[in-house]
Amino acid sequence: MAQIVFDQVTKRYGDVRAVDDLSLAVGDGELLVLLGPSGCGKTTALRMVAGLEVVDEGTVAIGDRVVNDVEPRDRDVAMVFQSYALYPHLTVAKNLEFPLRQRGVPKEERERRAVDVARTLGLEPFLGRKPGQLSGGQRQRVALGRAIVRSPKAFLMDEPLSNLDAALRVQTRADIVALQQRLGTTTIYVTHDQVEAMTMGHRIAVMDHGRLQQVAAPQELYDRPGNSFVAAFLGSPGMNLIGGRVAVEAEGGTAIRTAAGDVLLQGAQASVASHHEQPVVLGVRPEHLRISPGGALEGTVLLVELLGAETQVICELADHSRVVVRQQADQARPRLGEPVRIAVEPAAVHLFTEDGSRLEEKTAA
Amino acid sequence: MPAEPVSDAPGAAAVLPAEGAVPRPQGAAPGEAHRPTPRAGRSRRRLRLVARYLLLTLGALVVLLPVYLTVVNSLLPEPALAHQPPYLYPSHAQWQNYSTAWVGGHLSIYLRNSVIQTAIIVVGQLVTSILAAYAFAFLRFPFRRTLFLLFLSTLMIPFEVTLITNLDTITSLGWYNTFAGLTVPFLATGFGTFLLRQAFLQIPRDLQEAAALDGYGHWRFMTRVAVPLARPSVAALAVFSFLGAWNQYLWPLVVTGNNNAVRTVQIGLKLLVGTNVSSVNVTLAGTVIAVTPLLILLIVFQKQLVRSLTAGAVK
Ligand SMILES: Nc1ncnc2c1ncn2[C@@H]1O[C@H](COP(=O)(O)OP(=O)(O)O)[C@@H](O)[C@H]1O
Ligand SMILES: [Mg+2]
Repeated sequence: MAQIVFDQVTKRYGDVRAVDDLSLAVGDGELLVLLGPSGCGKTTALRMVAGLEVVDEGTVAIGDRVVNDVEPRDRDVAMVFQSYALYPHLTVAKNLEFPLRQRGVPKEERERRAVDVARTLGLEPFLGRKPGQLSGGQRQRVALGRAIVRSPKAFLMDEPLSNLDAALRVQTRADIVALQQRLGTTTIYVTHDQVEAMTMGHRIAVMDHGRLQQVAAPQELYDRPGNSFVAAFLGSPGMNLIGGRVAVEAEGGTAIRTAAGDVLLQGAQASVASHHEQPVVLGVRPEHLRISPGGALEGTVLLVELLGAETQVICELADHSRVVVRQQADQARPRLGEPVRIAVEPAAVHLFTEDGSRLEEKTAA
Repeated sequence: MPAEPVSDAPGAAAVLPAEGAVPRPQGAAPGEAHRPTPRAGRSRRRLRLVARYLLLTLGALVVLLPVYLTVVNSLLPEPALAHQPPYLYPSHAQWQNYSTAWVGGHLSIYLRNSVIQTAIIVVGQLVTSILAAYAFAFLRFPFRRTLFLLFLSTLMIPFEVTLITNLDTITSLGWYNTFAGLTVPFLATGFGTFLLRQAFLQIPRDLQEAAALDGYGHWRFMTRVAVPLARPSVAALAVFSFLGAWNQYLWPLVVTGNNNAVRTVQIGLKLLVGTNVSSVNVTLAGTVIAVTPLLILLIVFQKQLVRSLTAGAVK
């Protein structure tokens, strides 16, 4: 029932701009993932929505109301803390009822709603236990339950899965997505884990150093990263970035000249790099590289990582930069130290300026 | 103004284990340079355990013997006290010593007064310490650090130093010979504030923020979450202030004049010496009576007390 809008929001800690001029609108009922490396300002942004941090500049609005000066309790948002923040001296039932006590909900109704929520989350057998007697996953669910029990306008989740083991994380993130879908509650979900972001978010907002880098649907973010930071941050491993210069060749073709060889551009891409000698960064995902005798780039094999279905071949180029080549497990694996040539799929090339911003293809061409 | 209740009554020393009575486990013996074989290690460990318990037993004896002799002597007829060698147990326990002390020494009134005085001080200290400690731990206000250091510095001032000033203040307030005069100087404590602040600081900030989002202000968070979580420390503080208040001697002596309506039991014991029922065995019976509430308290709260004394020692 509420959208959340950041409008040119800045938060400083001394000289550090933890959040820098953030403008972002989270739609009503949307699950937006705030993604970025540790220390990029995700938590700070979330806490400003909750009212736990003061906004230095700009406005934060929930629904139609600017909430800069609204007390946390009056914002009607629920937060799931990374630490879960369960009350150790209260039972699960009491923890679940806790948010309702201050809202004048009568006792029977409180108990009924706590049991309802516990049932939804499979916590019914543990209602009488204290948090100390629960597993990490159960605690996490109690934290989730405490957020949903009072049907707030929005959920704010700060890395709620980071304390769980890998298998449980996969399971729980699906549960959270299903729950959010069913409740239709606007949710901001903070994580540094790009797999989590890709699998959960309707849209992903990528942050770095307090600044918003790009907001887009997961696939679009992956396919058309707005800058080299996003390109390298998404995917595991991220996009390979190779420095080079534009070389407009006599025959009319355009190539990117790198230390390891020339990569010919095709069609739309060629139109981007028009100035001869213009410095650019060539980006290509590991799955769009191939070890092949006719490849454009020259390198040596540094490491071969077997991942079961796939193999990652890490190669060192002439300028000592590294690229990762992903290939199917049944393809022939190069030996360590072997000199190889790497082919680049021309249609899958991304181009960025030296300072990282994307060179947009001119559609006219 | 805030000063520590000083335990200056003679009864206190016998009840609280003396310093050093509980030896800390010794580290590696000096000169233990070479690695012992497993078997030698095990027997050495056993030896060390035996030594430790011997020491503990010895310590317990040293502490408990005076207590025991007090009880024995309080049950002997007066002439028997001078007997050489001293009796180590009362063959014909003279229980009427206790009723003599109780009736002749007006102990019931004094005990009642002590209970009132102690209750006021304990409750007062808990309330002020909880509030002050909460503020220092959870609120942000100007000069927080400086104020806290100021609180701490009151721990350095022995009560005796402020005795005259306090007496002056109390008298000019017209509180001489009243419960107010007896208790007000002890209603705040730097020690209690420090103890509870440390306990409150252990509480994750997330809890307070989660509660704030759920609509809990500071007051409700304090009563519903912070104090329940700090319960061991709160209990320890209650025991400490009880001990301190109950065992007070000097302050009640100077501030109660000759008003039996407010005199505490420690003063009552002193008076017992000078009355017509006076005899050493009766005085000792009175002492045992005066100490009994403390003993009960210590037994009930033993666990909390030990935990709070060792908290911070480890870590
Ligand atoms: N209370 C604070 N005081 C000072 N600096 C802070 C505080 N909280 C966060 N920061 C700084 O702000 C930046 C962003 O922090 P945070 O929002 O916690 O990042 P993230 O959640 O993305 O890891 C970091 O550089 C961090 O050191
Ligand atoms: Mg964070």
